[in-house]
Amino acid sequence: MPGGSDSALKVVRGPTSRRAAGPVASAAATEEISLYEIRRKIYPRVVHGWFARWRWGLVISTQLLYYGVPWVNWNGRQAVLFDLGARKFYIGGLVLWPQDVIYLSILLILAAFALFLFTTVAGRLWCGYACPQTVYTDIFSWIERKIEGPPQARKRLDASSLSLEKFVLKAVKHIAWFIVALWTGYTFVGYFSPIRELGINMMTWRLGPWESFWIVFYGCATYGNAGFLREQVCKYMCPYARFQSVMFDKDTLVITYDEARGEPRGSRRRGAVGREQGLGDCVACNICVQVCPTGIDIRKGLQYECIGCAACIDGCNQVMDKMGYARGLIRYSTQNALTRGYDRPTMWRRVLRPRTLAYSTVLVALTIVTVVSIAVRNPLKVDIIRDRGALAREAAPGVIENVYRIQLMNTDETPRRFEIRADGFPGLTVEGIEQPVALGAAQSRMLAVRLRAPIDDAARPSDARDLKSRLHNIEFTVRSVDEPQVVRHETSTFIVPR
Amino acid sequence: MSDFTSDFWGLYVAVLTLVSVLACGVILYVMGRMRVIKRPDGETASTTGHVWDEDLREYNNPLPRWWSWLFWITIVFSLVYLALYPGLGKVPGVLGWTSTGAYLSERKAVDDEVRPLYAKYQGMDVKEVAADPLAQGMGERLFLNQCAQCHGSDAGGSKGYPSLRDRDWLYGGDPATIRETITDGRSGVMPAFGAALGDEGVSNVVHYVRSLSGLPADNLKVHYGKALFAANCVACHGADGKGNRAMGAPNLTDGIWLYGSSPAVIAETVTQGRGMTATSVKRMPAHKDMLDEAKIYLLTAYVWGLSNRGTSQ
Repeated sequence: MPGGSDSALKVVRGPTSRRAAGPVASAAATEEISLYEIRRKIYPRVVHGWFARWRWGLVISTQLLYYGVPWVNWNGRQAVLFDLGARKFYIGGLVLWPQDVIYLSILLILAAFALFLFTTVAGRLWCGYACPQTVYTDIFSWIERKIEGPPQARKRLDASSLSLEKFVLKAVKHIAWFIVALWTGYTFVGYFSPIRELGINMMTWRLGPWESFWIVFYGCATYGNAGFLREQVCKYMCPYARFQSVMFDKDTLVITYDEARGEPRGSRRRGAVGREQGLGDCVACNICVQVCPTGIDIRKGLQYECIGCAACIDGCNQVMDKMGYARGLIRYSTQNALTRGYDRPTMWRRVLRPRTLAYSTVLVALTIVTVVSIAVRNPLKVDIIRDRGALAREAAPGVIENVYRIQLMNTDETPRRFEIRADGFPGLTVEGIEQPVALGAAQSRMLAVRLRAPIDDAARPSDARDLKSRLHNIEFTVRSVDEPQVVRHETSTFIVPR
Repeated sequence: MSDFTSDFWGLYVAVLTLVSVLACGVILYVMGRMRVIKRPDGETASTTGHVWDEDLREYNNPLPRWWSWLFWITIVFSLVYLALYPGLGKVPGVLGWTSTGAYLSERKAVDDEVRPLYAKYQGMDVKEVAADPLAQGMGERLFLNQCAQCHGSDAGGSKGYPSLRDRDWLYGGDPATIRETITDGRSGVMPAFGAALGDEGVSNVVHYVRSLSGLPADNLKVHYGKALFAANCVACHGADGKGNRAMGAPNLTDGIWLYGSSPAVIAETVTQGRGMTATSVKRMPAHKDMLDEAKIYLLTAYVWGLSNRGTSQ
């Protein structure tokens, strides 16, 4: 984190007075306020530019993915379906079982490392471009703009008393929001319950209680978060906003106002050279404040409210273009670049530093290991549970039987036949099942299997406590008849009674 | 209703809970009335007074007002909850909710849901039920839950617990008897003969008993054992050793051994008896309190089917 504990405070709690002592701020007077503030609604101005295009590109691509994926089919079923009832998770050709929960952990670890990496390199990229809170806020704001008009018009509309026009505009907006929110909830549940049937059930009013609950809950959460709470989620609720600063260092690219170049700020006529009037490049137009979705002034320095959306960069660049000044008064820069005066290539080269390289290495290595382990994983899972209540029995004079429950899981979508064998004790045979055992696609079966072995009286333990001659280690081999490489070996014990 | 042994603890819990809820309300109210100085730059000048690492101070910045309303809602919620549910020591709450009651009502709901499934089979003949694949699956699950601990997952039995897969029955293998066995349980006891027969006598009886099913035995001992058997064992096992189903005495001639066929094990059986210790009688438990009639009927059909469906043995 830049600047030691003093600026740590700044990051968490907002800027200190030194930076903020601009001509704009000092106009307001000191006042007493309550510890519970009433939220001032933010009407961010629309901004166009390079970063805005990127943001919209990500909004569109992430949402095409989110809304589109449940409709893709694969081998006659939904390609991505998390079937909680059957406890099977289909992702393309892959079928994950509860036993594969390790992959979920790995996915979360990968996501965490990706987050660390991106944050170390360029701050809150996730927040600004990909976080659902940002994305849905953008979508809902866009709808709002299309119906109620630009920010100034919306402000006037909100301030006006209720009229027919206001009522109609608001009603249309909420209906549009509601439809998007409901569709979002429907899509969400469509990942867990086949989306086509879900749609039919929804239209014929035959949804189950859980499906209804989650559609409504997820829909309401979208409606409330993107329509009303907006930046407050980032400011007050999101833990990531609060701990992001520990991943920053002095070479992290953050959205920065170039104070040295901009100050002292002041308005001037177009085409005027600020330096001649003793002014910096900042023309105090306040565009950067007006476009900010969280309502902060980036010129006060790095603040915890900043979600890194870069709207202020786009806004400022437009003004700089109009004024005929160089772009980048507000830009992605690093603390080192500002204090040590690095040029752009030096700054970018320092992206490759031990911390980012370490994160990247872990990320790449873990990804490779995961992909390989999924590619070579054994589709057969076997659990052997020997009967505990009854350890062993004499089936006929001189014939000993032990009973085991064998859980066979054929985890992928190829039907298979399996041969079960047991070794480790002379004369051991597998009884009680018809071999080979057939398992359908992604099917699981529990079999009660008897192992039988002849035993002469001499091999019997004379004492029940003589464990060595009572307990015999054995090994079950379950092998696919058609694919001998699909095989599992599981150990268990065979017990000989007195 | 209450696990407390004295009224004090109920009161203690109630007072502590109410005081805590009240304190939360007071703090919220006081904080809501507090005012802090807002500096011209929009930040508050006051800090909480906490200082860490020499110069790190925590500012006292406002919380959103709607957030404070959430706190008020939780206070209202807690009071409503405490009025409805048992939360204040021994106060039962208006709804009269108990965890036992919740369990019973949930169980009743499940029972009501599955009852038609079982009821359907209750009207059918045992043979039909045993042949029904769905009933087989349900029966197997009942069996694995209730019976497999002793009789084994494959129903093949174990030492002291009869196999249910063969056609050898201690009490009888017709559906009515099986149903009676499951419903009321059984307790078959063989008394100890060690003291009456002496070591030599026991050994003779063991050899005679082994000879009944054609196992290797000493001819002389068989001769002596036969007389001892006639004097001591025929009351239950019958003159021909074929047993007696009325009291669950096993057939000793069929080569099926409940406890084992080795001379040592048979000697133990004769000497010490079976099914009874100084403190307890071993028995097959009665299931009439654990399973309702419909389930017992289904289980009967399943068990009957084990030896009558023609499965491989």
